Amino acid sequence: MLNPGLVLFEEDSRLIDKELQKLNQLARAKVSFLVDKDGQLIASIGETGDIDTTSLASLTAGNIAATGGMAKLLGEKEFSILFHEGEKDNIHISLVGQRAILVVVFDDRSSLGLIRLRVKRSVTALTEVFDKLAEKMAKTDSQQGGSSPFTEITEEDIESLFG
Amino acid sequence: MSFINYSAREISCKIVYYGPGLCGKTTNLQYIYKKISPDSKGKMISLATETERTLFFDFLPLALGDIKGFKVRFHLYTVPGQIFYDASRKLILRGVDGVIFVADSQVERMEANLESMDNLILNLKEHGFNLEELPYVIQYNKRDLPNAVPVKEMDEALNPRKVPAYDAIAPKGDGVFETLKDVAKLVIMELKKKS
Ligand SMILES: Nc1nc2c(ncn2[C@@H]2O[C@H](COP(=O)(O)OP(=O)(O)OP(=O)(O)O)[C@@H](O)[C@H]2O)c(=O)[nH]1
Ligand SMILES: [Mg+2]
Repeated sequence: MLNPGLVLFEEDSRLIDKELQKLNQLARAKVSFLVDKDGQLIASIGETGDIDTTSLASLTAGNIAATGGMAKLLGEKEFSILFHEGEKDNIHISLVGQRAILVVVFDDRSSLGLIRLRVKRSVTALTEVFDKLAEKMAKTDSQQGGSSPFTEITEEDIESLFG
Repeated sequence: MSFINYSAREISCKIVYYGPGLCGKTTNLQYIYKKISPDSKGKMISLATETERTLFFDFLPLALGDIKGFKVRFHLYTVPGQIFYDASRKLILRGVDGVIFVADSQVERMEANLESMDNLILNLKEHGFNLEELPYVIQYNKRDLPNAVPVKEMDEALNPRKVPAYDAIAPKGDGVFETLKDVAKLVIMELKKKS
């Protein structure tokens, strides 16, 4: 298979959460979250209470995929930043390396300039985290085995999911 | 691609419903949404035209339960079946873990089924996937219609590899969960194989 699934260990999650926390605070954003390009939510920070982050993650990935398709048609490699302006809330979306998407939701307590500045720094930091993660995944792959929760799974375990 | 999160103790997998226009992909998701208890599902999102044809995708997140202390999430997507939405269809296949091909049993849709199957193989290839190596099941939908092609003929035309195939009447729910359950099982077994 082309690219293996993403595996996130606790130390990676901690690093990502810390970076998002910092970003959300310094950018005076409402919510910051990180999405896998396949549409799965990796982490979210901030006033997430009444936001359906699962749906938002899937739509974000769809959005990035669609604009990526548009870019290709125009001979561009990718549009690495998207910005949607609303009446109250705005959304800033940017790519983190090849794997992830950083989304920041903000209102007039912040500004586009501030968001851009902070996002740029966080993207650099997060790219590093993901590069390290990719290295680690490549290593564990060649070691074979590991601590996957699936090694000892049985048919009954799966059966029980569907009650 | 699957996503294993040790910190949240969660595993997510992506399952895509593929097939020709009007074969009943969205109807499958709607039935599942209707039947699953509220605490096991998220919101269903349909990006559709005014006439309820899928424009980009339908999305339904399910969290059915735990395996070995990990919450198992399935993210179900449908593609738009209409031929001219091919660019969108291709995008939805990104990172897919399992495919359900929904065929329309009506004799006048056999041509469209075959075309859609070829299209699936081609679009998977562009993502570096080979259908033969992917968890994959078929559903013969609209079995209630009088002009339905006999299952044996459908098998011959659409299922040379003899993967699991299920008869269905999606609006009534016949075959809907059987199909989903089977592909889910194959996806998890694949994760086990890779671990
Ligand atoms: N009689 C009958 N009608 C069905 C069945 N399954 C779906 N339909 C009907 O077929 C029509 C199209 O179904 P959809 O689920 O919207 O089809 P789709 O595959 O999502 O179509 P696109 O979004 O265009 O790709 C609807 O009116 C459904 O009620 C079935 O098993 N029997
Ligand atoms: Mg549809």
